[in-house]
Amino acid sequence: MSENSSNNAYWSTNMRIIVVSLIIWALVSFGFGILLRPLLSGISVGGTDLGFWFAQQGSIVVFLAIIFFYAWRMNRLDREHGVDEE
Amino acid sequence: MDQFTINLLFVGGSFALYIGIAIWARAGSTSEFYAAGRGVHPVTNGMATAADWMSAASFISMAGLIAFTGYDNSTYLMGWTGGYVLLALLLAPYLRKFGKYTVSEFIGDRFYSQTARIVAVVCLIVASTTYVIGQMTGVGVAFGRFLEVDNTTGLLIGACVVFAYAVFGGMKGVTYTQVAQYVVLITAYTIPTVFISLQLTGNPIPGLGLFGTDVASGEPLLAKLDQVVTELGFASYTAHHGDTFNMVLFTLSLMIGTAGLPHVIMRFFTVPKVSDARWSAGWALVFIALLYITAPAVGAMARLNITDMMWPNGTNGEAVSVEMIENDARYDWMETWQKTGLLGWEDKNGDGRIQYYNDKSEAMQAKAAENGWKGNELTNFNRDILVLANPEIANLPGWVIGLVAAGGLAAALSTAAGLLLAISSAVSHDLIKGAINPGISEKGELLSARIAMAVAIAAATYLGLNPPGFAAQTVALAFGLAAASIFPALMMGIFSTRINNTGAVAGMLAGLAVTLVYIFLHKGWLFIPGTNSFTDADPLLGSIKSTSFGAIGAAVNFAVAYVVAGMTKDTPQAIKELVASVRIPRGAGVAQEH
Repeated sequence: MSENSSNNAYWSTNMRIIVVSLIIWALVSFGFGILLRPLLSGISVGGTDLGFWFAQQGSIVVFLAIIFFYAWRMNRLDREHGVDEE
Repeated sequence: MDQFTINLLFVGGSFALYIGIAIWARAGSTSEFYAAGRGVHPVTNGMATAADWMSAASFISMAGLIAFTGYDNSTYLMGWTGGYVLLALLLAPYLRKFGKYTVSEFIGDRFYSQTARIVAVVCLIVASTTYVIGQMTGVGVAFGRFLEVDNTTGLLIGACVVFAYAVFGGMKGVTYTQVAQYVVLITAYTIPTVFISLQLTGNPIPGLGLFGTDVASGEPLLAKLDQVVTELGFASYTAHHGDTFNMVLFTLSLMIGTAGLPHVIMRFFTVPKVSDARWSAGWALVFIALLYITAPAVGAMARLNITDMMWPNGTNGEAVSVEMIENDARYDWMETWQKTGLLGWEDKNGDGRIQYYNDKSEAMQAKAAENGWKGNELTNFNRDILVLANPEIANLPGWVIGLVAAGGLAAALSTAAGLLLAISSAVSHDLIKGAINPGISEKGELLSARIAMAVAIAAATYLGLNPPGFAAQTVALAFGLAAASIFPALMMGIFSTRINNTGAVAGMLAGLAVTLVYIFLHKGWLFIPGTNSFTDADPLLGSIKSTSFGAIGAAVNFAVAYVVAGMTKDTPQAIKELVASVRIPRGAGVAQEH
């Protein structure tokens, strides 16, 4: 029974990390890159605005950060809950 | 040495390299190199995945679409990279834990249904065939140019080469061949852009040069670009013009589609460990990002260079003369590309000059009337030629042009061959052996694989002659189909225990059917030109273009699956246990071999 509750805790932590990561994922692409671009128009970057940068480059950089963070965080979580591969 | 010979040397040399590595790798230890990814470091595996993934759409087509549209086509950049986040967080580690080799096997086992497996195979074949049409478009452009023949002949020659390449096939599974292809591809993409960025901005890193200063005018490069294109009556480069809702949907379709394409997902089945599956997605995106961070710079700088060539005395001066195009060596690229039929100009008003402007803009019509212009005279500029023509436009040395030729073909051929192999094994292994005739001999299975491959390439070539769009647009349709069918089934299979066999089958069929019908209504039934009832300029539903419909199809898939599963019997206990075991890494077996 204790293994089951530990597995449930593992899965709900994983779900929380996924949800937060996907919020950031959507924020930089659909948010800053498209829908919220007018709000960022005051911040100028190289002849245009920050929203343009997020749409063409910034979102990609953040995507990379999300994936590496998730890999690092989950591999640690696996060990904490004793479900890593031996 | 003339350009034709240089191109042949580079293309031939790169092919000799791939074949050489394939032979060397086999001569060593077959099992060590053959199972892609097994025992290979996640970084190496990421590089190979990147080569597998980046096709004619990324290499040949995408920057051209960005160049002529600007900000609105950022969708391709975000869409084709953002999908890796979904892949890494929602699919890769779990599918690796599951431990089988193909996507349809997972769907068949998780939904305990042979029907589900067959439906998944059909979805895979539909999406992959559409994808190959896009690749053939790119192959036709590349061969047309480098053999200096028209586009149709180029496409037919390309089809034969792709077929031979796919039948030879074995090299596909060799990770180190793909690493070599990646190196050729990324070098070919980056080197010309570094030169161009230095010429225009003085910054050797194109991704930074894009936001740098245009040396000639002292203004920021993008501000200068906005100025010259609007002076010619075109929409400004950095501003948002299209429909916002469609832009969001299109980006989402490309992202979900990335995480639903079987040939990408397959790579994560074969990494050594679950933890490696997580890292591998990250490394793949690192190597993909090297091209994707450069691509917007390629687009913007090429647009500026083209405008400068057409208006050498500035946008308010005299346009380029026909005599100059015919005699000046800097304009040779226009004549060579004209032979392919993908670039054209016509001196409509007979003034001996070629005026390039937007003749649909009212302000420009007034200016044209004043100056005696009779419409835009750069009558045809196919978007798919931009990247290949780019080094010639910027007047770079011949070896750079040859290198880009080799890179473009590496991208198109490796992906086309990989997709054909996926289609042929789906037909022979999953469909014929798995369902129709389980007793088929090995020889019969091999023969049906070859026939499937030949049929797929013949269909793709025929449709490639009158493609439903530029290479990247056709490929986007394939992503929409994958998004609507495969991704939701995989995700529900992992994150919900409630979705049962009936729900999954109904969901996949509904998602695929609505998306396919919507695409065919706009692009013609089976992509046959002239059989469409609507166009993407004036779509059936609001502002939703056929390329963006995959996201809607995916939503339909999820909704139908939940409703149908809710009305039918719950999943058996054994399947609930399977899902629970897929969710934790412990107990993962060794990676499957090919």
